[in-house]
Amino acid sequence: MTKEFKRLDGRANNELRPVMAKVGVIPNADGSAIFAFGDTVAIAAVYGPRQLHPQHMQNPQKAYLRCNYDLLSFSVSDRKKPGPNRRAQEISKVTEWALSPVIDLDGFPSTVIDVQIYILQADAGTRTAGINAASMALAHAGIPMRDLVCSVAAGKQDKTIVVDLSKEEEDFEEGEGATDFALAKVANSDEFTLLQLDGKISPETVPEVLSVVTEVCKEIYKIQKKALKEAIKNGSN
Amino acid sequence: MKKTKQDTDNQELSDSSSSDSESLEVKRIVVIPGEVIVSGEDYLPSEGTKRIGQNVVASRYGLAEIAGRVIRVIPLFGAFIPRRGNVVIGRVTDITFAGWLIDIDTATSGFLPLDECPRFINKDEMDQFLAIGDVVAAKIWNIKTKGIDLSLRSRGLGKLEGGYMFRVIPARVPRIIGKEGSMITLIKEKTGCDVTIGQNGWIWIRGESIDEEIRARKAIEHIAEQVFVSGLTDHMEEWFTKN
Amino acid sequence: MEVTSLTKSKLIEMFSQNKRFDGRKLIDFRDLSVEYGVSNKAEGSARVRLGKTEVVVGVKLGMGEPYPDSPDKGNLTVSADLLPLASPKFEMGPPGFEAIELPRLVDRVIRESHVIQLDKLVIKEGEKVWTIFIDIYPINDDGNLIDVATIGALAALNQAVIPELDKDGKIDHHKKSKKKLPLEEGLLPLSFSFFKIGNQIVLDPTREEEEACDSRITFGLSMWNKKHMINSCQKAGEANLSSAEVSKMMEILPVKYDEIIAKLKKFL
Repeated sequence: MTKEFKRLDGRANNELRPVMAKVGVIPNADGSAIFAFGDTVAIAAVYGPRQLHPQHMQNPQKAYLRCNYDLLSFSVSDRKKPGPNRRAQEISKVTEWALSPVIDLDGFPSTVIDVQIYILQADAGTRTAGINAASMALAHAGIPMRDLVCSVAAGKQDKTIVVDLSKEEEDFEEGEGATDFALAKVANSDEFTLLQLDGKISPETVPEVLSVVTEVCKEIYKIQKKALKEAIKNGSN
Repeated sequence: MKKTKQDTDNQELSDSSSSDSESLEVKRIVVIPGEVIVSGEDYLPSEGTKRIGQNVVASRYGLAEIAGRVIRVIPLFGAFIPRRGNVVIGRVTDITFAGWLIDIDTATSGFLPLDECPRFINKDEMDQFLAIGDVVAAKIWNIKTKGIDLSLRSRGLGKLEGGYMFRVIPARVPRIIGKEGSMITLIKEKTGCDVTIGQNGWIWIRGESIDEEIRARKAIEHIAEQVFVSGLTDHMEEWFTKN
Repeated sequence: MEVTSLTKSKLIEMFSQNKRFDGRKLIDFRDLSVEYGVSNKAEGSARVRLGKTEVVVGVKLGMGEPYPDSPDKGNLTVSADLLPLASPKFEMGPPGFEAIELPRLVDRVIRESHVIQLDKLVIKEGEKVWTIFIDIYPINDDGNLIDVATIGALAALNQAVIPELDKDGKIDHHKKSKKKLPLEEGLLPLSFSFFKIGNQIVLDPTREEEEACDSRITFGLSMWNKKHMINSCQKAGEANLSSAEVSKMMEILPVKYDEIIAKLKKFL
């Protein structure tokens, strides 16, 4: 008799935690958004295209998409000392690589588009929540894009593929343990722009993960689209 | 005109008006980048859109306007993207031997060369014409990778004195000007103020009294906040009777 | 773009006629709102909005050694990070003076009021005490960050609890604590920053008004034995203040304090 796999919080394998998305939350920014997967909350602001200092960093052929990700000190159980650490620097860079493929950077030479992402509350999936928030904020800022970017972490609990791991699930140790596979893709195209993995997964399982994530990202895209459209309906600035 | 699934999805968000000059039905719907606005080879993709096969797709977030066969996306948010011919309001930040450096809130700096002034200025009297900190309304006549060239050689341009300035989201400026300047004319009429509008979102107001100067700003900020644009002038006529 | 001299002159003219763009009186505060629970990982946290200015503040507790000159007291550290998120003016990189001054001002208001009973935060005298970390993050800067940050700190402290310990004496993040942080009841420290522009004094400026101001003086105020007490004061900027101006502020302070506390009581 096979044991039916149950997730720790009772969710179905391809079920996301409750998602919250809102656009236009920072009046000073050119574009801004909040995106949350359950208890993980990310806020993003976009400023630009604007002047880039120092001058020698300017690229005469295209805009510099400068992403900065960090956790607020009180977003995690053990207070994080203020200031970016190596992990934050790495996530900032992969976030830049996850978002730049959809942006028309050539249209704004010598400028910078600043994307600031902060995690207000961390409960796993912070980089994916950050990318989802940043994608909406970039659209909100009127940056020419060919599509939105959707991101979610897929994983494994022993042999079962699940999506949007919670912190508890990340610590799962039975069988093959937990695998955390953070992915991002162009919303309406088979183009993955973020692929980061930690854990234990057989090569044959990967295509299935990509297809599950493709399905789940459709849901995320719907939520991002709704938030952007509601921002205009409600006249938020 | 073929009705696509897109139209029904966006029904409740639409805003229509009749364009007087052509009695054409103009339809406006909210779109996000990458979204298909309409499908069909007859459509002509304009600003903020591009054609991908059969589809006309939005490249920016905003209000897609379908006027006959022409489709464009009117942006509602975002930083100022400078264009040739734009009138902008800026602040003098430096004086060089060749002209004045002007901060116009753009990614690359604005520069007003000596020979783009309306009259001959001697190199020794540059700061008497425009000093550091002075505010000026100028026109963009050339955009280069490293800078934006400005000119004062047009009516209504030059140093702005007295009054005050404030910023609105640059994308809202067209509606503050209105069709053929109808909105700005209404504001000037109702408040008695001088108003100069910069496409970079900066607006300068000078009036006879502080109360009217405050009223003009309130009116403009109210216009800027409105989401849909049809009937805006009538709406503002009414607003002025109540405020 | 920085505020221009023509706008500054206009603001001086307006203030001399007791007028502001948003219709407020010179010493009126904008609409205030406070929400709790910005982060469930913080021991206490709050989001405060005053007009369009928004600041989030979190309180975290850590275990550490007491300072050598106060072996029987817990520690307090206040920090702030002016996130580039909140304003086109804020940049990445080492903190400018504003970023250094803000947490120091809030620290003074909180510390000098003695609202936190630091002597009740000892785990083992001379060896182990609780350190309170108050971390301030502006989310949108539309002026008057200092006063908003202080309200945030007060609200976050008010919600804060002391973490439960496990059997090894380490913090147990899984147990939900009900032990409130020991605060002096009724003390309620707040800051009030008066800004001078021309010859006028204003409270709670928008960013536009704040940029046009020549100087600022921030007072920390709290209730001690049912009396209003000033616990701290710091003047910034180059313009001078006359004794008449300072006396005027002394008249305004208790009135404003009572007004803001009344509004805050709904949220505390």
